[in-house]
Amino acid sequence: MTEIFGVPIQALFGQLLIGLINGSFYAVLSLGLAIIFGLLNIINFAHGAQYMMGAFLAWIGMTFLGVNYWWALMLSPLAVGVTGVIIERTMLRWLYRLDHLYGLLLTFGLALIVEGLFRYKFGISGESYPVPETLAGGINLGFMFLPKYRAWVVVASLVVCFVTWYVIERSKLGSYLRAGTENPQLLQAFGVNVPLMITLTYGYGVALAAFAGVLAAPIFNVNPVMGSNLIIVVFAVVVIGGMGSIMGSIVTGIGLGLIEGVVKSGMVANLLGAIFDEVPIVGSIVYPVKLLFSPEASAVTIFVIMAIVLLLRPAGLFGRER
Amino acid sequence: MKRKLLSAMLCAVLAINGSPVAMAATKVSDGVVKIGVLTDMSGTYSDLAGPGSLLAVQMAVQDFVAREKPGFKVEVISADHQNKGDISANKAREWIDTEKVDAIIDLVTTSTALAVMKVAKEKNRITIVSGAASTPITNEQCTDTNVHWTYDTYALAVGTGRAVVKQGGKNWFFLTADYAFGKALEKDTTDVVLENGGKVLGRVLHPFPAQDFSSFLLQAQSSGAQVIGLANAGNDTINSIKQAAEFGVTPKQSLAGLLMFITDVHSLGLKATQGMYLTTGFYWDMNEETRAWSRRFFEKKQRMPSMVQAGDYSAMYHYLKAVKAAGTDDTKTVMAKMKEMPVNDFFAKNGKIRDDGRMIHDMYLAQVKKPEESKYPWDYYHIRQVIPADQAFTPLSKSKCPLVKK
Repeated sequence: MTEIFGVPIQALFGQLLIGLINGSFYAVLSLGLAIIFGLLNIINFAHGAQYMMGAFLAWIGMTFLGVNYWWALMLSPLAVGVTGVIIERTMLRWLYRLDHLYGLLLTFGLALIVEGLFRYKFGISGESYPVPETLAGGINLGFMFLPKYRAWVVVASLVVCFVTWYVIERSKLGSYLRAGTENPQLLQAFGVNVPLMITLTYGYGVALAAFAGVLAAPIFNVNPVMGSNLIIVVFAVVVIGGMGSIMGSIVTGIGLGLIEGVVKSGMVANLLGAIFDEVPIVGSIVYPVKLLFSPEASAVTIFVIMAIVLLLRPAGLFGRER
Repeated sequence: MKRKLLSAMLCAVLAINGSPVAMAATKVSDGVVKIGVLTDMSGTYSDLAGPGSLLAVQMAVQDFVAREKPGFKVEVISADHQNKGDISANKAREWIDTEKVDAIIDLVTTSTALAVMKVAKEKNRITIVSGAASTPITNEQCTDTNVHWTYDTYALAVGTGRAVVKQGGKNWFFLTADYAFGKALEKDTTDVVLENGGKVLGRVLHPFPAQDFSSFLLQAQSSGAQVIGLANAGNDTINSIKQAAEFGVTPKQSLAGLLMFITDVHSLGLKATQGMYLTTGFYWDMNEETRAWSRRFFEKKQRMPSMVQAGDYSAMYHYLKAVKAAGTDDTKTVMAKMKEMPVNDFFAKNGKIRDDGRMIHDMYLAQVKKPEESKYPWDYYHIRQVIPADQAFTPLSKSKCPLVKK
């Protein structure tokens, strides 16, 4: 078997594919965050809770109302999006003129409340959502077994990301949105209903989170903290991509997923070891770096990258200095 | 609020029943025996312990006061240790110094258990570990003020590990949570697998807690091992099992959930878990006694108790009985009394606390039922084998605890 730095090539492909799958999750979630930040200047810390709500609504729909997966994929984001609209109308709109910190604190508080309520009602162990019949099973690719459902997740995420990007960057509606970010007063003067646009944008960002939640429901155990486990990583993605940058969040999301996959395969640690272990002094200096990129520290990798990016490009890879 | 209600209730009970003679006979510091339930109230282990553990301790106190009519008051307080060693150690210190807590119970993760045991030893207070599982608790790091009640990684390994090897699962690969507990469980299981003629092909450590296990499962898959041992717990185990099925790891390779609680099985459902072996210290549906207690628990919690919660009740009752028998809440005297008295309740028959603090009792090897075999809610296990107390836990001859006289 061909090996690259102690990792069989099959295993590497497998890990890259998994990286792509996780990356597309990161992309959908960070896309929602980026849109909200871009237009509302709100750091939406409730994003994880809204992702969880999406998954839970799908489960509730299936268990109590007999709503199947495909309907849930449409209805659940819609329902969660409506809660987002209500939150924007009743709470967030008062904070636009204040510092970012206030929006962050408000949404963080909301996230804690929502998660607490779900935990109280459903417990922490969570519930199981089955993979829809049509997507059950998988395909043997030779180097790995690819579950059909995961392939669907990649396709669905990429389509949603691309459509969102297209609408914002290439369509007339998108030009209003971008104009609203630049100069809301002027846009209002042209007769565009900016407050409504802002409300709907928040609703859409939130719906994206819920959409990712429904996509995640058959993969992960649906539990009240599933969002808070993910949200920190997604924030790191947004920061690396550049706050508010649409393309940045999509590309960074997928890119970081791939990097995480490579780290989890153990290749980076092996590579560093192969080059530096024998070199005196340098070897011991590189040793902690090697640890940071070892598979068991894969949860840290993204944050290490975030720190490096912030040092070199404080506005993020795709961000513009304001 | 609950605490106030409880102490008010206890005062009322005492006012009616507590005889002045008994009052005089029991020398309890500050006139009250104070229990601290330190547990995971909101994190990944809060279903198998958490608020349910608090409830079990409160039930034990109520039953004890009603049945034994002690000459002292009992008060219960609780806090969330967030599965972090530093937070739990600080809380324990605060409780002992300012709240005058006499005993701390539950402690769900190894890191919290070891941290609190150290504080309690230094301040001469009792700890009762029901949630955490690592064997160092009663070996290298044992203290003379601690009792380890419900189960440990050795018992899990002996139960599940041996059963799976005997079923023909000779080649193992471990998926291990990267902290003290996961590593202890992996090590103890490895020993059992090797002893029984099996082989360990490799392992992969995953961060704790984690969501996505697919990378790690792929590595386990390519190892070609017959059995993938899950040396993790709670939501990590749940997600591992779920994703193993998704990636076609099972049924080609089989999974051994080295620590599974009834709450995990409930969450995953029987379809995903059927046929799996697991080792448990308690199952609600074993006999009349276990059913009677568990139903009382169910009425209040709408869930059947986990072994941790049942163990909390048993341990708390035993502790209070020892305080009553000793006539004092002095740590050394009570510990001696606890070790002297056998444990006989719905949880354990002829249980005994050894010098290293290990409470030994029968453990059970269970197999998860098929969906069609389950006749009523929470009807989840076949009990396949009773592992006798003297075989379930590390023999004293192999103990690394300095308290054990050899």
